[in-house]
Amino acid sequence: MAGYFKSIRDGFKLRNFTNYILIAAALILFLILELTGVLRRSHANLLAQVGFSIILAVSLNLVVGFLGELSLGHAGFMCAGAYIGCFVANQLHKTSLPPLVTLIVAMAVGGIVAALFGFVVGLPALRLKGDYLAIVTLAFGEIVRNICKNLPWFGGAMGLPTEQYGTHLFIVAFAVVLLMLILTQNLIHSKHGRAITAIRDNEIAARAMGINVVFYKLFVFVFTAFFAGVAGVIYGYYTTPVIYSSFTFNYSIEILVMVVLGGMGNITGSILSASLITVVNFVLQSNLSGDQAAIKYLVYALILMVTILFNNAPAFRPIKEKIGLQAILSRVRKKFGLKHPSENPEEIVDDSAKWHRIPTKIKMDSILSTDLKPADDGTLEPDPRQEDKHE
Amino acid sequence: MTATTFIDGLSLGAIYALIALGYTMVYGIAKMLNFAHGDIIMVGAYTVYSTLLWMGKPILAVIFAIAVCVILGVVIEKVAYKPLRGASPLAVLITAIGVSYLLQAIAQLAFGAKAVPVGLPRFPVLHIGDKLVVNVSTLITLGVGSVLMIALTLFIKKSKIGRAMIAVSEDRKAAQLMGVNVNRIISLTFAIGSALAAVASIFYLMQIPNTSPTLGSMPGIKAFTAAVIGGIGSIPGAMIGGVLLGVVEKICLSIPALNPYTTAIEFAILIVILMVRPTGILGKKIREKV
Repeated sequence: MAGYFKSIRDGFKLRNFTNYILIAAALILFLILELTGVLRRSHANLLAQVGFSIILAVSLNLVVGFLGELSLGHAGFMCAGAYIGCFVANQLHKTSLPPLVTLIVAMAVGGIVAALFGFVVGLPALRLKGDYLAIVTLAFGEIVRNICKNLPWFGGAMGLPTEQYGTHLFIVAFAVVLLMLILTQNLIHSKHGRAITAIRDNEIAARAMGINVVFYKLFVFVFTAFFAGVAGVIYGYYTTPVIYSSFTFNYSIEILVMVVLGGMGNITGSILSASLITVVNFVLQSNLSGDQAAIKYLVYALILMVTILFNNAPAFRPIKEKIGLQAILSRVRKKFGLKHPSENPEEIVDDSAKWHRIPTKIKMDSILSTDLKPADDGTLEPDPRQEDKHE
Repeated sequence: MTATTFIDGLSLGAIYALIALGYTMVYGIAKMLNFAHGDIIMVGAYTVYSTLLWMGKPILAVIFAIAVCVILGVVIEKVAYKPLRGASPLAVLITAIGVSYLLQAIAQLAFGAKAVPVGLPRFPVLHIGDKLVVNVSTLITLGVGSVLMIALTLFIKKSKIGRAMIAVSEDRKAAQLMGVNVNRIISLTFAIGSALAAVASIFYLMQIPNTSPTLGSMPGIKAFTAAVIGGIGSIPGAMIGGVLLGVVEKICLSIPALNPYTTAIEFAILIVILMVRPTGILGKKIREKV
């Protein structure tokens, strides 16, 4: 753990500026709109929703895209964070603390509790893989939901009523997004991030290279659960009451749709697709009523299937090479004579002079002289044992 | 715990086991999790509902439900899973989730989100002795379920096709070299699994005579849990897991203090068993190879 913070301190940079600029520009734009009174209340609420969706999508992407384990219980972490964070917030609202302080404390508490749950889920993750882990995370999400439903402090089936923060909630949400992006992107580009992707690509090889698989798996689960919990608290402030039925398995899938659509292992993609899906959801929900609401799920289903089939099926490979996003980008780059960042030769620095050479202490003589034994008078004679063999 | 609770549990367990068999066979042979399997139950239930509405003959409803589910299962495999053969398990799993959503959305658009009552004939309640009160439908479920499971085990062990299935699940490439048509075996597996799901949907409707677009998701997840508890890929494992989960569920529901936490207890059993045996009760140990 200390190593993580040390490496963060040593190499702390604002990497991957696109994402920061994206979020900061959106924040400033909407802040101006809010201050001038142009922004409508429903749209400010939508922005808060976009904010916590981004947090959820980016944190799930860390598990699915970077660690390579499927988690179907992200809504469970969110549920734990939302219930406990908002419970604490309700107690603090009785005191005279300013609302912003209460919100921050609630987010911290919700995040930490969710992180504890993440640790508990991470433990079976050490022994289980792939499909088995997916079912355990799913089971865990359902357990959390089932317990929250039945605890008397949390309002039972009626849900936990929460205080509303008002239209400024989206500012807090976007501030958390910025903070999370700084932490996540520095983590990914550090040696720890490379260790995590190494586990995804080949766990046995990663272990053979001395990567502490146990630590990194637990770490990723704790880290993502923390932010899911924080998103849960923001969600609790966004809507009242916090009710167990909103954190179903379907919600976990909704977050997964965002990650898959944006591209597993791509943070910018997660940000864009989380925003897009939330806005599309909002538009669909305000225009569709009753049974037509199923169109939303139809859209989700098509997104999941088409994205995966397009990216993975061998039959689609020729089409993908022609009209895929990467293909188009590389064609544009070729036209303007640009190079892909990874093709830039200046990035590779020859630092071989700084390497420590391991001194070799093996003397060649000792190897060569094994077959020859010096005689008492100092002359070299063939080893008698060797002669025995020849006879 | 009374004997009635136990028999109810066994009958629910038989339903779970029938669904779990579909999961476990597909996993064993196609090496994928068919997340849409639960929704095939829902399609079966809606087929029963529609047939009863139009023709009113329960026997026809049963036949149609099995036929529709078998065709659907095979079509899903051909359209959604076959193009992904050899892709990463994560990709296949996400596509399967997509199929599950698709089926639910279509059902909701066609039949509405509300639960509709299914007019299956009512079964009488038997009083055996003083304490034992059993519904005839429970006994039918238990009986037919057991017969199907024994028949399936015999089919897999004794018939040529069944042995081809075992061969494919053990080593697909070697089986192919020995002249087994792998694609046909995989289609057949989906067909058998879907047929069992259709039977399970009829038994489920005999217990709870309503159907809704999300009917399949909870039994589906529970049966999946049962398959994992028993060791996914193992046919006797799915039966043991299903019966265990069914009995535990009925016992928990009958005790007032545990009643609200039934779901949590069932999933906690899954987690505990996987912590002790990472591949389930009867699952084979997976050796990691470099």
